[in-house]
Amino acid sequence: MKWFIPLFLVASLVFAAEPIVIGVYEPMTGPYAAGGQMTMEGVYLAHEQVKEVLGRPIQLVLVDNKSDKVEASNAVARLIEYHKAVAIIGSYGSAVAIPGSEVANKLGVPMVGCSPTNPLVTLGKPFAFRVCFIDPFQGTVMAQFAVEKLGAKTAVVIQDIASDYSVGLSHYFQEAFKKLTKNNKSVLGVISYQTGDQDFTAQLTFANSKNPDVIFIPAAAYGEAALIIKQARELGMKQIFLGGDTWEAPEFLQVGGKAVEGSYFSTHFDTEATTTPKAAQFIKSFREKYGKDPSAFAALGYDAYMLVVDAIMRAGKPDPKAIKDALASTKNFEGATGYITLDQNGDAIKDAVIRVVKDGKFVYVTTVRPTE
Amino acid sequence: MSWTLFLQHLANGIALGFVFGLVAIGYTLVYGVVKLVNFAHGDIFMMACFFVYYGITLFSFPWWLSFVFAVFLTALLGISIEKVAYKPLRDAPRISSLCSAIGMSFLLENFATVVFGGRQKAFYQPQVLNKTLNIGEIRIQLVTIVTIVVSIAALLFLNYLVYKTKMGLAMRALSHDFDTARLMGINVDRTITFTFAVGSSLAAISAIFWALRYPQIWPFMGVFPGWRAFTAAIIGGVGSIKGAMTGGFLIGMISIMLVAFLPDLAGYRDAFIFMMLVFVLLFRPTGLFGEA
Repeated sequence: MKWFIPLFLVASLVFAAEPIVIGVYEPMTGPYAAGGQMTMEGVYLAHEQVKEVLGRPIQLVLVDNKSDKVEASNAVARLIEYHKAVAIIGSYGSAVAIPGSEVANKLGVPMVGCSPTNPLVTLGKPFAFRVCFIDPFQGTVMAQFAVEKLGAKTAVVIQDIASDYSVGLSHYFQEAFKKLTKNNKSVLGVISYQTGDQDFTAQLTFANSKNPDVIFIPAAAYGEAALIIKQARELGMKQIFLGGDTWEAPEFLQVGGKAVEGSYFSTHFDTEATTTPKAAQFIKSFREKYGKDPSAFAALGYDAYMLVVDAIMRAGKPDPKAIKDALASTKNFEGATGYITLDQNGDAIKDAVIRVVKDGKFVYVTTVRPTE
Repeated sequence: MSWTLFLQHLANGIALGFVFGLVAIGYTLVYGVVKLVNFAHGDIFMMACFFVYYGITLFSFPWWLSFVFAVFLTALLGISIEKVAYKPLRDAPRISSLCSAIGMSFLLENFATVVFGGRQKAFYQPQVLNKTLNIGEIRIQLVTIVTIVVSIAALLFLNYLVYKTKMGLAMRALSHDFDTARLMGINVDRTITFTFAVGSSLAAISAIFWALRYPQIWPFMGVFPGWRAFTAAIIGGVGSIKGAMTGGFLIGMISIMLVAFLPDLAGYRDAFIFMMLVFVLLFRPTGLFGEA
């Protein structure tokens, strides 16, 4: 039976080197495809830099959620039950992240959202976290910018009624805008469309008839936001357009062309306004790997992965429950997008960046700090 | 609502109506002759946009040549789909070819995702067509005017084709009975191939005008216009060409006018469109222009 001993040794070695699985669900196709793919650039870069934790290799498993709510919950269930993921990263798009975090929470595996900003992604779900700010803050940021910097007194909101993100952000913007203008009637109208619509002339003609100073478009899909603005310019509308973090996609510039020039939006990160030493290192290695500047989503994807790995290390074992507890006690984690401290809901409190479209590029305007 | 505002809404409605109508007539032509609901129509539509896109970016064709190239390739694609997916099932129960059509739709969508990528691409807009006309205070896109002209031309052409030519006679004969038509010496295969070629070319033409108005293309872009065109075709009476045009026009008009007159209900637009569909089916099961 002497052969048994080396065999046993080999077997135990193989067993010890069994990878720890981190599952990712992101939209690689559908209306949010660019967001998911940009996020993955950051996740892949982070995985390249840190491939091991607790002496075991990390295996990254990506499942496409197809920008679809049902696919998103299936994707998370698959990652946990079939791939045995100990932690989940994702997803771009609150509409898909909400059902995703619901499943992760129910199955008791921690999920770290990269960029979903709707409060419901983490609310009442102890296993759900995120590395970005949330919409009550983002809505305020844009309203404040419109009132204080652009001198806007009136606004119209064009929202996507099929998206949780859009309806939520629209609501928080309106609240803040009314408060800041000290006028309950300063939001002249709210008009809806649905994800997948391509023709917005009716909504825009309605918006134009109210003659507002600014038009806020919390579109869930960058392509639709670009089409809205393009069609508005074709209808001869001269208003300033404002939006949220979803606008940051090369497709927004390509589809929108000249029409989107001078439009402002809030986002999470800008290479010109970083707050941590880690950011410079991230930007450098990102440029080396991809030959371009990182987007906010890539930076958040990078941070989400690094935070998960850090939490596994702090937990000391690849056990979902222990990782969850480690995540919940995250304090001043140094990420590319800023220092991350998670509050009792699992949300990060961070600065927002405002950018403008200028000469076919996104240009940094200002940084807004949360007041609390 | 002021008069100019109403007229602007009306112009928007006419524009959207003709776009839907143009997609719907290709859909209905195939059904009228072969009695097959071609669920892949929306995806053939999508492929046409990518043919234009790659014609311009990969082969650096001028845009007009790229359009012609796309229409030609799409016709070929339509013919091959018929040969591969529908012809072998011609004698099988109708549900089989329906399933095959749905399968074809998924195949094309996923093929496009793998080959072209899932991210949106900007569709080329030629300077000549990218203009806005001011009529009083009403603004209309030049593309819209061209779309209306092309739609009417397509309608007249199809009318001529179906009612005035020998091929049209064969198509009409086929729509009644395959076997009898065959006994009368009609080449069934050739006629069906021809029908698919025309139907797919129409899909390509409508796709080009769609993309000129809404210049983002991606693998699932055909789903939305596909369902709209299907609804339009049913409302107009499946198989009826002028019915499809009317159905498309109605849907476009309702989409715009609902937002115009009931802005609070704008988010429930689809509910209204499908309610209309239900009413049409309840009171005129064959559609507005359908034959009993």
